[in-house]
Amino acid sequence: MNRLRLLFLTPAGIVLGALFLAPLAIMLAYSFLTRGAYGGVTADFSFENYQRVLDPLYAVILLRTFVMAATATLGCLVLGFPLALFISQSGARKNLYLQLVILPFWTSFLVRTYAWMFLLRDTGLVNSALLAAGLIHAPLPLLYNDGAVFLGLVYGYLPFVVLPLYATLERLDKSLLEAAADLGARPWITTTRIVLPLCAPGFRAGALLVFIPCLGAYLTPDLLGGSKTVLVGNVIQNQFTTARDWPFGSAVSLLLMAIVMVLLMLLIRRGGEKLI
Amino acid sequence: MDLVLELRGVSKHYPTHQAVNGVSLTVERGAFFALLGPSGCGKTTTLRLVAGFEDATAGEVLLNGRRINHLKPYERNVNTVFQNYALFPHLTVRGNIEFGLKRQGIADLAGKVRDALDLVQLSGKEGRYPAELSGGEKQRVALARSLVLQPDVLLLDEPLSALDPNLRKQVRSELKNLQRRVGTTFLFVTHDQEEALSLSDQIAVMNKGLLEQVGTPEDIYLRPTTRFVAGFLGAVNWIGGIGVRPEATQISRTTAGDHCIPATVRSSVFLGNCLQVETVCGDGQCVVAEVSRLNGSFTAGEAVYLSWNASDELRL
Repeated sequence: MNRLRLLFLTPAGIVLGALFLAPLAIMLAYSFLTRGAYGGVTADFSFENYQRVLDPLYAVILLRTFVMAATATLGCLVLGFPLALFISQSGARKNLYLQLVILPFWTSFLVRTYAWMFLLRDTGLVNSALLAAGLIHAPLPLLYNDGAVFLGLVYGYLPFVVLPLYATLERLDKSLLEAAADLGARPWITTTRIVLPLCAPGFRAGALLVFIPCLGAYLTPDLLGGSKTVLVGNVIQNQFTTARDWPFGSAVSLLLMAIVMVLLMLLIRRGGEKLI
Repeated sequence: MDLVLELRGVSKHYPTHQAVNGVSLTVERGAFFALLGPSGCGKTTTLRLVAGFEDATAGEVLLNGRRINHLKPYERNVNTVFQNYALFPHLTVRGNIEFGLKRQGIADLAGKVRDALDLVQLSGKEGRYPAELSGGEKQRVALARSLVLQPDVLLLDEPLSALDPNLRKQVRSELKNLQRRVGTTFLFVTHDQEEALSLSDQIAVMNKGLLEQVGTPEDIYLRPTTRFVAGFLGAVNWIGGIGVRPEATQISRTTAGDHCIPATVRSSVFLGNCLQVETVCGDGQCVVAEVSRLNGSFTAGEAVYLSWNASDELRL
């Protein structure tokens, strides 16, 4: 039995070890070295990279990233709950609506982000329509700001909230809803006092699935935020590409990862409580 | 007669089947009324029609003489104790009991909760969550949560079926006592004829969506009007078109009485409080008699005479 288990686990172990743990170890090592003249590293040990992360410039970017990720997560939860509730109450059409939620995954995220650019830019669909309708006289600044990044992140990660919430709603004991109505609760009260609190596990799972990737997002802020909205993901990307400072990029990556892990552990500990 | 609930020709038809078909019955205020029948007979659907979880396809549901078909569950002054109790897992015992009171805007919440907990003897457990309660305690919270709202009718859906069999008999008598004390009308659904007989003032027996018979426990056990009711309430020997219950069937080694039939003992089983003797009549008909063990024992192959009192015949 144990040998069989080992046999089945080995492939995953090799993949994770070679493609995840080894690169992580390399990054950890690099983060304590010094940058080479043309990229790469030189073998001079130093703490300088970590000291640089504490520079106010990067601290502000890190803080802004957390605020953006938290706001986008909140946006996803607020939009996702009614949608999941609607789908779970749609009877025979449930599967159709779920397919529609998943449908965007069939197209590349990059292409979909470009689509948003076409919608939001000065000569884009939204501004053209508003101008043509005479509602505005000059194009609205819809692109290249925090709002556009927020929109892009919420759009991109909404399904990750809808799906776990839907799963939680499906598992919900329907007799609890009947009991609430039976005790005199109108639908709104039943939803806010019974359904919403009992969806806590779904909210937690959804929030995790959105918040963590939002922290590391670089494509959306790059394309929709332009040069004004730099998030920590863009900083990391820059260190490994244009700036060619791999040790510093490694240090920022590891710091971000450490913060995420601490948050995760706190959340798991809360989720492990007996009562929701 | 003070009627609290009345069903007039109530039907519930689904696209695939007819769950309830033209059921008419009246429930007196303060009664302990049982809806009895096998699974799928429509008894739970009937209960849900009264609660408002289902809309009647035809017929009328009247509460205190007022038609309530159009009222939503939260607009009806009836409350339900669910089969699985349906306690809100994220609320404490207190929170569960307060839930309905808050909807009514009751001022003295604490006092009401205290009274309700006293009623079901759960004082001191108001801070517990449902997951921390035993099956019996959960049931009492479910009862308290509903009774505290003083419903016109309390609906109970198989309230004892989720309990441990050992606990069932004890809770049964507690339930009966509780009903006597509060005086609320109980309408309860069960498939267990012993439960229905021991608890109820009135029993309505349902089968395949139809009402078979309504009456007191004695009525439906001793004077069933259909073969289904006779058979569902207990075993029946059908001897030449006449029904006789096993405990009313007497066995003797000599001829006696008006209706005396010779038979042969096939087997005799000791059941503790009685002997169950299976016999075969001349025409091959099998007749079971439950007789006191004090009347001696019977052995297979023995020739005996079966008899019964005319008053014990089930006349259908």
